[in-house]
Amino acid sequence: MPNENIMCKYMGPLCEKLEKCEHYQKFLKYRDKVLALSNDSLEKTIAVALSLCFICAILVSLAAVALRPLQIENKAMDMKKNILDVAGLLQEGTDIHTAFAEQIEAKLVDVATGDYVDGDIEVYDQRKAAKDPEQNVVLSREQDIASIKKRAKIAKVYLVKDGETITSIILPVHGYGLWSTMYGFLALDADGQTVQSINFYDQGETPGLGAEIVNPNWRALWKGKKVYSEDGAVALGLIKGLVDSSKAGSEFQVDGLAGATLTSVGVTNLVKFWMSQEGFAAYLDKVRTKG
Amino acid sequence: MSAVMNNETKKTLTDPLVNNNPITLQVLGICSALAVTSQMSTSLIMAVALTAVTACSSAAISSIRNHIPGSIRIIVQMTIIASLVIIVDQILKAFVYDISKQLSVFVGLIITNCIVMGRAEAYAMKNPPMASFIDGIGNGLGYSLILVIVAFFRELFGSGKLLGIDVFTLTKDGGWYDPNGLMLLPPSAFFIIGIIIWVFRQWKPDQNEAADFKIMAISHGEGGHH
Repeated sequence: MPNENIMCKYMGPLCEKLEKCEHYQKFLKYRDKVLALSNDSLEKTIAVALSLCFICAILVSLAAVALRPLQIENKAMDMKKNILDVAGLLQEGTDIHTAFAEQIEAKLVDVATGDYVDGDIEVYDQRKAAKDPEQNVVLSREQDIASIKKRAKIAKVYLVKDGETITSIILPVHGYGLWSTMYGFLALDADGQTVQSINFYDQGETPGLGAEIVNPNWRALWKGKKVYSEDGAVALGLIKGLVDSSKAGSEFQVDGLAGATLTSVGVTNLVKFWMSQEGFAAYLDKVRTKG
Repeated sequence: MSAVMNNETKKTLTDPLVNNNPITLQVLGICSALAVTSQMSTSLIMAVALTAVTACSSAAISSIRNHIPGSIRIIVQMTIIASLVIIVDQILKAFVYDISKQLSVFVGLIITNCIVMGRAEAYAMKNPPMASFIDGIGNGLGYSLILVIVAFFRELFGSGKLLGIDVFTLTKDGGWYDPNGLMLLPPSAFFIIGIIIWVFRQWKPDQNEAADFKIMAISHGEGGHH
């Protein structure tokens, strides 16, 4: 067979070993027997199906395993890019790794008390922690307005600092929309009250309708909005239609997404949840009092 | 011998570009042509991915065509195509992450792209591997050609850019061009593909299909009374 000759040319020593191997000879015999069978026989059908699956499985897993480090690197890079973007630090040509390392500081926060906690920031994965019974809090039905069922006890927040003063607080938020859990970052001024930006980096809402939450024009509407009303309740949310900026209370309102009522409700709810006592209210209080 | 082969090979390769284009003549693979053509960069990557999958799957299927049991023929083809698509998807995720995010499910949906299965079933099952490989490349290029033409018009008129580089300055950036929002939405690809099909069929009238029915003249006696 010509194929075997080519193989032997390049893998001479291996070939000699193989030829002596009893199992390989058995395999060859079986292969020839199967290949000679009629295509419609049961044995050949099963043999072809199994060997095809075997070869395809090997190829697919080889690709997956070999490329995994690169993919993980890409994901981490993408996350850094999203954080820089929500902090308003992303310009064309920015070197993401250095910009992130120089300007962004990651911190772990105990959500319930609002205190910083120690831990391995590089490794901590809030999404995984939210699923781990030892690291999460199960939310009651009344608490769970964002429909997320559980939240991690410890959240990973990011700070942008100018010297020692904080210039932005970047909080991870998520909640359920119409089809998907929407994951994003909400950037606030150091007063814990004024919105700088919002950025949903992982969502599966309807393209063209709900998925407009990633549209830069819509995201720009959030800039300068206020989170808490005077009595301390979370007032920020989406309304139906366009915001009339001459009316009182417009600083708490963002245009709803046309044709995406449920996504809009989802966004409002996730903001309400994460800004409430269940979310980051305690932490924001501490940031404010510390100055 | 070699001259004949070359002619044959050339025909296999170039026929699907215009004369037997998978999109305009066979009208296959339309859904991804609508979905990924709002920008040139995504369509180019999609075109390369589909061409690679079609060529490799045709070659692989053709090389085992004499041993594929008839009863599991389609599933064998699907397994090979699906494995190749997963590998392509993994490669895109590793090397062009941003574009793979924009293409999202559409890379996975190459599995169900009728062009790939169509070529496997119509050509690769009956022809040797090398010819099938070239046929796959040809059909992939035919698909790519239409995809790139559609994306050219959609990106140019929808966002005033080509491959992300400003061509028309938009009014919102102080220029003169007011972009056509429809061009950014998938339905606009229908119009453009329609126009391309019309141009191709004007140019090559033999691509016109014969009418399924002929409209008959109705005689006065039958059509007149109420």
